[in-house]
Formats: sequence, structure tokens, C-alpha cells
Amino acid sequence: MSELDPALLARIQFAANISFHILFPTITIALGWFLLFFKLRFLRTGQQHWMDAYYFWVKVFALTFAMGVVSGITMSFQFGTNWPGFMETVGNIAGPLLAYEVLTAFFLEASFLGIMLFGRKRVGERMHTLATVLVAGGTTFSAFWILALNSWMQTPAGFEMVNGQAHATDWWAVIFNPSFPYRFFHMLLASGLTAAFLVAGLSAYRWLRGDHGGDVRGAMRAGVLVAAVLIPVQIFLGDLHGLNTLEHQPAKVAAMEGVWQDERGAPALVFALPNEETRRNDYAIGIPKLASLILTHDPDGEIKGLDSFPGEHPPVAPVFWGFRVMVGVGTLMLLVSWWTAWRLRRGGEPTTWQARALLAMTFSGWVATLAGWYVTEIGRQPWLVTGVLRTVDAISATPAPVIGISLTAYLLLYAGLLASYVSVLFYLARHRGKPDHRPAVAGLQEA
Amino acid sequence: METTLPLVFTALMAVAMLLYVVLDGYDLGVGILLRGAGDADKDRMIASIGPFWDANETWLVLGGGGLLAAFPLAYAIILPALYAPLIAMLLGLVLRGVAFEFRWRDPAHRAWWDRAFTGGSAVATFAQGIALGALLQGISVEGRAYSGGWWEWLSPFSLLTGFGLMVGYALLGACWLNWKTEGGLQRQAVTYAGRLGIALLILIAAVSLATLTLEGSYQSRWLAWPGVLATAQVPLATVIVTALFYRSLSQRKDAQPFLWALALFGLCLLGLGISIWPYVIPERVTIWEAAAPYRSQLFMLVGGAVLVPIILAYTAWAYWVFRGKVGSDGYH
Ligand code: HDD
Ligand code: HEM
Ligand code: HEM
Repeated sequence: MSELDPALLARIQFAANISFHILFPTITIALGWFLLFFKLRFLRTGQQHWMDAYYFWVKVFALTFAMGVVSGITMSFQFGTNWPGFMETVGNIAGPLLAYEVLTAFFLEASFLGIMLFGRKRVGERMHTLATVLVAGGTTFSAFWILALNSWMQTPAGFEMVNGQAHATDWWAVIFNPSFPYRFFHMLLASGLTAAFLVAGLSAYRWLRGDHGGDVRGAMRAGVLVAAVLIPVQIFLGDLHGLNTLEHQPAKVAAMEGVWQDERGAPALVFALPNEETRRNDYAIGIPKLASLILTHDPDGEIKGLDSFPGEHPPVAPVFWGFRVMVGVGTLMLLVSWWTAWRLRRGGEPTTWQARALLAMTFSGWVATLAGWYVTEIGRQPWLVTGVLRTVDAISATPAPVIGISLTAYLLLYAGLLASYVSVLFYLARHRGKPDHRPAVAGLQEA
Repeated sequence: METTLPLVFTALMAVAMLLYVVLDGYDLGVGILLRGAGDADKDRMIASIGPFWDANETWLVLGGGGLLAAFPLAYAIILPALYAPLIAMLLGLVLRGVAFEFRWRDPAHRAWWDRAFTGGSAVATFAQGIALGALLQGISVEGRAYSGGWWEWLSPFSLLTGFGLMVGYALLGACWLNWKTEGGLQRQAVTYAGRLGIALLILIAAVSLATLTLEGSYQSRWLAWPGVLATAQVPLATVIVTALFYRSLSQRKDAQPFLWALALFGLCLLGLGISIWPYVIPERVTIWEAAAPYRSQLFMLVGGAVLVPIILAYTAWAYWVFRGKVGSDGYH
């Protein structure tokens, strides 16, 4: 591979863009529902602190939403600029799914976002609540369509190949392809967890700085309890997801588990350095028979090894490690949320250490989500669409220097924006209540 | 049915494109005009587009997504061909979209975010204009893929269309401000609108004449007898619309100048249509060659027929909700 391989650069650029994009929808998909919850609590109890929580988090929402929108617009052009071969081969499937996403989700959320942010006084309380519902619903629809597409790329169904192009034969089967339900709900839960830890973490930050108001405690408690409820479900669903993958993409699971040769009673590896040269693991530490038990529900069940898929399996180390990071963060989430939920459950105050732990976990959802996606996407290699299109055949012929320039520009911009985003979140948390956090969410300000 | 579906989608794409250009056009234009304004005016200018800009930009996503969905071949050829201007446009849109939010949230760096807002708006607009010019002047195609070089889009002609669009969007922005603001800012907007109108007219004329000198059949499409009897109506209508625009401006109407400016953009699109019909990529790929297979288009038509009217309805409703003039901290 030459130093400036255009294919590699195009892939890095795509991966950077989608990784950046996913950070923000992951938050907004669930944060919209949190906002609805705050608003409904206010309407039910009449306690102002719920509306204060709403005002604070709606600002975070607006900022996050803007980041998601602009990076999303970039995404909708990425397929063409980076993967013309993708459009040429499976455009007939991908196009309509994306078009439905625009029609059912993007317009809905974008139009009602304006009402939600600026229109409370103009449309009245009920309509404003409905607008909040529609925005939250729009983000969820959006996840539905994009995951239908991504799942179809993993486990394609409902199509036939005509002259090298995929033509849909059954749209129902295209959308509800074999891995879609798992992926969709796993992603929704991931989003719920990401938002829950963000809400809890930023509230813990405010709490640590001595802001013990009802809005801070209410939001922290909501975040922690939601996390505590969702995480076991997520772990259970993750297991089902893995079983589904074993059925449809066994090479990916072999990479996740680091199994090289077909093996009965395979151990679950806690640590190992997969070595593609020697085709074995160095320094492996594992729990005997556990992988076989989890995947086949039989301690001596057989798992197909990577050697059974010569030239057809993904690079092992990133998939192996990505999986461990995700599961590791998931385990941490379980520990932290249950530990704190126990104390907060009846309106109690967290201990300082609990608040610090929550603060440390503020962005843990991002880490797990990105790790999960890397497992999914890298684990699909060498295919772009499993069994239909190889990644190398979809690459744009754009020369390396051109992609190099645009990639650099993207990376610089994204790094700057990400830093600004995170620092502004903490800035907002420090300055709430002070007069200069006026407008933007104008008209809606302290009604 | 197999040959009419692409026609339906062409019409739909044309509508989406026009809506995008005029809607995002005015908010990009406000971004461009922000440069000279004082601080209090800046707040008001930005507040005037607050509830709308996101939905406006979604028409671009529909344009891009619709092209991809209904005419995948065109999408696969045009995007690599216009790689550089499109990336510049995207970077510009990213910067301005977030600057818009950050300026309120990060007051310590507000001046910086305002500059990002103006710069991003200007770059995005210029790049869109260049992309349009590049498409008109022709794209090299071999087989089913783009075959030109990486600077093919760059030419005096495409630079001209780039400037043209900047002036055009700035005009829309000025008309929008005239509609939505009052006092000194509104008076300022009227002055700008008057000057920008003249500049735009000159640029439209220049682009039109330059188009006739481009390679391809543009000349015969516009000037051949007896078609010219029909095509000549376009410049004629342009003159009339311009006159009406200036009349409404001098009568100090609020909404009318904006609507006439919008009509001007409609006429430009009509002219564009006359120039390239029935191609998507001039002289190379027709809408039928680029069309997605029947089953894909039908699947979209079913949803589109239901959803597009609904979208138009709630978009109109949102504009209705935020009718009237804006204050410095939003619509009250
Ligand atoms: C907060 C985020 C989060 C957490 C805590 C977990 N995951 Fe996850 N996981 C995701 C977020 C995620 C994700 C980002 O949403 C992925 C990527 C694609 C997808 O559908 O979900 C994913 C993919 C993913 C896959 C995909 C394999 C494939 O693509 O075929 C498996 C097998 C698991 N997960 C399993 C688990 C298990 C056993 C977990 C137990 C702790 C777990 N995940 C926690
Ligand atoms: C659900 C919507 C998604 C779609 C339709 C999608 C589609 C694609 C496509 C077309 C590629 C290029 C081919 C390839 O290199 O594999 C790709 C690669 C990649 N994607 Fe995704 N993706 C989605 C979500 C994500 C998310 C959310 C992430 C990360 C957070 C992600 C991470 C990556 C990475 C890292 C690659 C590069 C893998 C490699 O080149 O080895 N993807 N994806
Ligand atoms: C799992 C992967 C993805 C999820 C869950 C997702 C979800 C979302 C959501 C919820 C939004 C709304 C804005 C926000 O809340 O921040 C959004 C915006 C957007 N996404 Fe993604 N997206 C994913 C991947 C992609 C991909 C692969 C594309 C490219 C085709 C894409 C294109 C867009 C566009 C164009 C927008 C802007 C919409 C607007 O104007 O409101 N997304 N996405």
C-alpha cells in the first residue's frame, strides 16, 4: 500500500465523518424523550424546577441537534463522493431508504424543532408539547431508516441482482432484514444510555460545584434511573444480537472472540493480542468454555474459527478490541448506575464519590457506541454489502492528494468543533442562572 | 408508466431545488449580509431565521437524497465530478450551521462565531454557484462514470455563476430582512435590496449570454426559429418581474419584494430547464437513462405522494406561526 493510497484515505474520511456524525444523533434521539419527560413532570406537578431542567437541557439539545444536522448533511453526500461504486451497485436499495428517512424524519424534526425552541408562547402549551413529541419521534424514525439500510448492508435480503445491480423484489424483506430488529433496538438503547449518562454526568458536575437545586437533582436522578433500567436490557439484547450475528456473519464473531481454529469449548478471552502472522493469540487470558457457552448455550459447543474463512475474514485486532471496549464500558455502566441508583432512588443525595463517578462517565456512551460501530463495520470487511459488493470495488477514483486535502480540512474542523462542543456544555453547566445565557432559545426564555 | 415516472420525479426534483434555493437562499443571504451589521442588528438578523434554517436546509438533503434515489446514475457521476466545490460547500454549511447555535451559547467567542457564520454562508453559496456553472458547462462522462480531471469544474464561467449566486442569495436575504424586521435595519435592507437587484440583473444577463457561447446545443435551443418565440418569453418575463420588484420596493411593501425576488429565481430555474432538458447531465445522460428502476421509483412515489403534501402543509404552518416582525430576542 503506497503512502497515499486513495482507497485508504477515502475510507478514513468516511469513517471520520460517520463517527463524528453518530456522536450527536446518539444523544438527541434519547434526549428528546428526556425533554418530554421534564415537560410532562412540570405539567403534572406544576413544580418550576422541572421547567428549569427543561430549559437547561433544551439548550444542550439545540446545540447537539445543530451538530447532528450539519454533519448529517455531509453524510448524505458522502456516498456519492466516496463510494460511487456503492451507489452504482446498490443505489436502487439505498436511495429509497434514505429518501424515506428525509421524508418521514428529517422534515418532521427540522420543522417542529423551530416550534419547540422558539414557539412556546405562540402556539400554546399543548401544541408545544406535541411539537416536542414530534421532534423526538422524528429522531427515532430517522434511526429506524438508517439502521434499516445499515442492517441490510450487513444481512441483505429481499433483492435480486440484475446486470450487476441490486433490484428490490420485496421492500418489506429489505427493511425488516434478519439483523434489523437487533440492531435497531440495540442502537435505541445505546442512545438512551448515552443520553442518560450525559444527563447524569453533567448534573453531577453542577452538583459538585454546589448547585443543589431541584432541577439538578431531578435531572441527575432521571438520568441514573433510566441508565440503571436500560443497561441490563442492553446487555441481554447485546447477547441476542451476537447470536444473530453468529448465524449470519460467523467470521465476524470469530474475530470478536479471537477464535482462529474451529474450537469446541472455546474460552471467553479477557485479554489477548491477536496475531495475524502466526494466526493465534499471544498472551491470551480467558475463562474456559465461556465463549462456547454464551454463543451455543453448550459448554462444549463448536465455534468456527477464522481459518475456516480464508481471505474472507475481517482484520482481527480492531474487531476483537472494539468488542471488549464496548462490553467493558457496558459493565462499568451497570456498576455505576446501580451503585448510584440505590442511593438516589428515593430522592437521596449522591455521595461525593458517586457524583465524581457519574462525572467521569459523562461521555461513556460515546465510547461504547463508537466501539460497537467499529466492531460492526470493520467486522463486515472485506465486504461493503455482505456477499454482494466488496469494499475495494466501491471506491471512488478521486486522486489521493484531493482526498488528502479534504480529509485534513474535515479533521481540523471536526476537532475544533468537538472541543468547542464539549467545553460549551460545561460552560453552560457552570453559568446557568446567570443573565448572559439569554436568547437563542428566545421566546421560550423563562416564561 | 415506465417512461412517465422519471418525468414525475424530474418535476419533483425541480420543485425541491427551487424550494431549496429560495429558502436556504434567504438564510444564507442573511449570513452574507451579517458582515456589515452592528451587534444589535446581528442578533435580530439571526433571530429572524432561527426557527426556519434547519427545515430550509432539509430541502438540500431531499435534493441530494432524491437525486440519489430517483436518478442514482446521475448522482454517481455528478458527485465525483463536483468533488471540490461540494466539499467546500459542506464545510461551509457545517461551520455556519453550528456557529448559529454557538454564538448564543459561547458569548466569550461570539465575534468569532459571527465571522464563521458569515464566512461559512459565503463559501457555501459561492460553491453552490460554481457547482451549477460546472454542470451547465458540461461534465465528461465515459461509460457510466465521470471521466474528467479534478479541476474540470473550474472555469471563468463557473466563477461567474458563483458570484451570480452570491448576489442572488444576498438579494433574497435583504428582501427577507425587509419583510421580517423594522426600523433602521429594515431601511438598510431596502437600500441593499435595491442595489443587489441591479447587480443581479446584470449578472443574470451575463450568465445567459455566456451560456449561449458554451459548447453544446444551448444556442439552438434558445435561438432557433420558431422556438425562440417561446423562449423569448423568459427574458421578457424577467424584465416585467424586475419592474414589479422595484415597484413593490418603492411602495415600501413588506412581503412583496421577497415574493418577486422568488419569482426571479423561478424564472432562472425555468431558463435552466430549457437549457438542459431532457438531460440531467447536459448532452450526456438523459433523465430516462439515469432513472432508477421502476420498482424503486414506484416505492418512493407511493410514500412521496402522501408525505410531500403533508410536509408542505406543516412547513407552511410553521411560517404562519412565526408570521410578523422579529425582535432582537426572537419572535414574540
Ligand atoms: C451505549 C452503547 C452500547 C453498550 C453499553 C453496548 N453496546 Fe453493543 N453495540 C452498540 C452500542 C452498545 C452500538 C453502537 O449501538 C452497536 C453497533 C451496531 C449496532 O447495531 O449497535 C453495537 C453492536 C453490538 C454487536 C454487533 C455485532 C454485529 O454487528 O453483528 C454485538 C454482538 C453487541 N453490540 C453486543 C453487546 C454486548 C454483549 C454488550 C454488553 C455489555 C453491549 N453490546 C453493550
Ligand atoms: C447506520 C448507518 C451507517 C451506514 C449506512 C454505514 C455505511 C458504511 C459504509 C458505506 C462504509 C464504507 C465501506 C467500509 O469501509 O466498510 C462504512 C465504513 C465504516 N463505518 Fe459505517 N455506516 C453506518 C454507521 C456507522 C457508524 C455509526 C460508525 C461509527 C461510529 C461507522 C463506522 C464505520 C467505520 C469505522 C468504517 C470503516 C471501516 C473500514 O474501512 O474498515 N459506521 N460504513
Ligand atoms: C446509525 C447511524 C445514524 C443514525 C442513528 C442517524 C440519526 C440521525 C438523526 C437522529 C438526525 C437528526 C439530527 C440530530 O438529531 O442530530 C440525523 C441527521 C442527519 N443524518 Fe443521520 N444518522 C445516522 C447515520 C447517517 C448516515 C449514514 C447518513 C447519510 C446518509 C445520515 C444522514 C443524516 C442527515 C442528512 C441529517 C440531517 C437532517 C436534518 O436536516 O435534520 N445519517 N441523523
